[in-house]
Amino acid sequence: MTRKLPLLTEDNSPFWQGGAQGRLLIHHCADCTRFFHPPAPICPHCGSFEVTPRAVSGKGKVLSYTINHQAWRPDLTEPYVVAIVELAEQAGLRFVTNIVGLPAEAVHIDMPVRVRFEQHEDVWLPLFEKDA
Amino acid sequence: MMFDRIFEKDVAITGVGQSEVGRPVARSGMRLTLDACLDAIADAGLTRADIDGVACWPGDNNNGDAFSPVGPNALIGTLGLKVNWYGGGYEGPGPLAGIINGAMAIASGLCRHVLVFRTITEASRRKVDKNASALTNKTIGRDSSFFWQWYTPFNVLSAINLMALYTQRHFHEYGTTPEQLAQIALTCRANAALNPKAIYRTPLSLDDYFASRMISTPLRVLDCDVHCDASTAIILSRADAANDGPNPPIRLEAIGAALHQPWSWDQIDLTATAARDVGEMMWARTDLKPKDVGSAQLYDGFSILTMIWLEALGLCPRGESGRFVEGGRRIARDGELPINTNGGQLSGGRTHGLGYVHEACTQLWGRAGERQIAPHHVSVVAAGGGPLGGSVLLVRD
Repeated sequence: MTRKLPLLTEDNSPFWQGGAQGRLLIHHCADCTRFFHPPAPICPHCGSFEVTPRAVSGKGKVLSYTINHQAWRPDLTEPYVVAIVELAEQAGLRFVTNIVGLPAEAVHIDMPVRVRFEQHEDVWLPLFEKDA
Repeated sequence: MMFDRIFEKDVAITGVGQSEVGRPVARSGMRLTLDACLDAIADAGLTRADIDGVACWPGDNNNGDAFSPVGPNALIGTLGLKVNWYGGGYEGPGPLAGIINGAMAIASGLCRHVLVFRTITEASRRKVDKNASALTNKTIGRDSSFFWQWYTPFNVLSAINLMALYTQRHFHEYGTTPEQLAQIALTCRANAALNPKAIYRTPLSLDDYFASRMISTPLRVLDCDVHCDASTAIILSRADAANDGPNPPIRLEAIGAALHQPWSWDQIDLTATAARDVGEMMWARTDLKPKDVGSAQLYDGFSILTMIWLEALGLCPRGESGRFVEGGRRIARDGELPINTNGGQLSGGRTHGLGYVHEACTQLWGRAGERQIAPHHVSVVAAGGGPLGGSVLLVRD
């Protein structure tokens, strides 16, 4: 499956490249000790600039999902699962991703998942698979 | 939310206009725009010389793209207008931003009569490129958008995937069913049958709905609005200049434009979206209540968004939209809350925002012909999805 990749910046590269070391890096605020996403130079919760990317467990659960059937590009002939995964570290900490490694029909809300990186050029996409 | 000055009470709608609506229409975007604008100016009993402001959303920031082929810049000279203020641009509270911005320009003393318009030529464009306007980010090379970069790498290439995530979550949290959701499409189609300008007018059954193609579960092709070529125009007038024309003024009783969450499609409340903030703001600016609303024109770019607006505007309790629309009786044209009386965008055509305002005024003025619903004085219009949202409460005294 081909992917339209993100343009890397100082702010977003930890998220998109942490997978090179097998780590899911999420921005964390030292002052209010909360994670936030998407990454930015400032904490949206407390306004602190004391923010750094921090490795999380890579575990979470499916908050919502959809099986895409429409071939938006000629190569997208097979259905694929788009999901929002909420990370185990903090309620509400979440992002859009794909669920892979199991039949699309087997995916359900609240299913436990764990990260699995897929490399495309200099980007390591954080995809998720079922966590046994 | 508390407000001590309600600027929109100084503003009224005095005329509306619309071009031919078709799939496609053999006219340029500019010609459609002129058809709509001249229709609206005449409807208000004005001439071009009376127009001293122009507002549009999103304007031509898409560089002539079929999503918005004409903005204020192009229209002003073409129509020979002399304006004190004009504005467009995508970054605002959704498809009603032109109405809200135009009203602000009047209330702040810049203008007396603002021409608000919205033109779309997606049907013509799709004759050339079948994915035109379905795909959300057509940038070449890597994605640098502050928000699409979080979606396109996962092949979220159309807004429908995000809408499907909202829908699935609504089903999960509230027990909403596909049969209930289908009532939005069925209701719009039934209304469209009485609208000679609507794109799809043949009857639609629940079986037809379930036989339609799945795009992104649980949303089917019949949950998506239908592309068209059209332009719609609305004339906003200062209250003290609104009584001179042929139409009884339709007052802007209250507007909603709030966003108290991130501008994001996935970091917001998935089943309330920005619509929640918009609804809270609108009702904080009026003594009227949801029970006073006689008709509702609610954005149906995707069917789930109409459900979200029903809840966000307090027209039914949160989580109850599925049960509220079940069977379709309450939201039918002779029901307790008629919605999308021209067929909405699902069957009427994706006029994208201002079409709802045009229909609300047409109904309030009693000019809707065969599709006219029972006389009423209050109508609510809301448009947008995800982080985009705006609303306006309209009153004909």
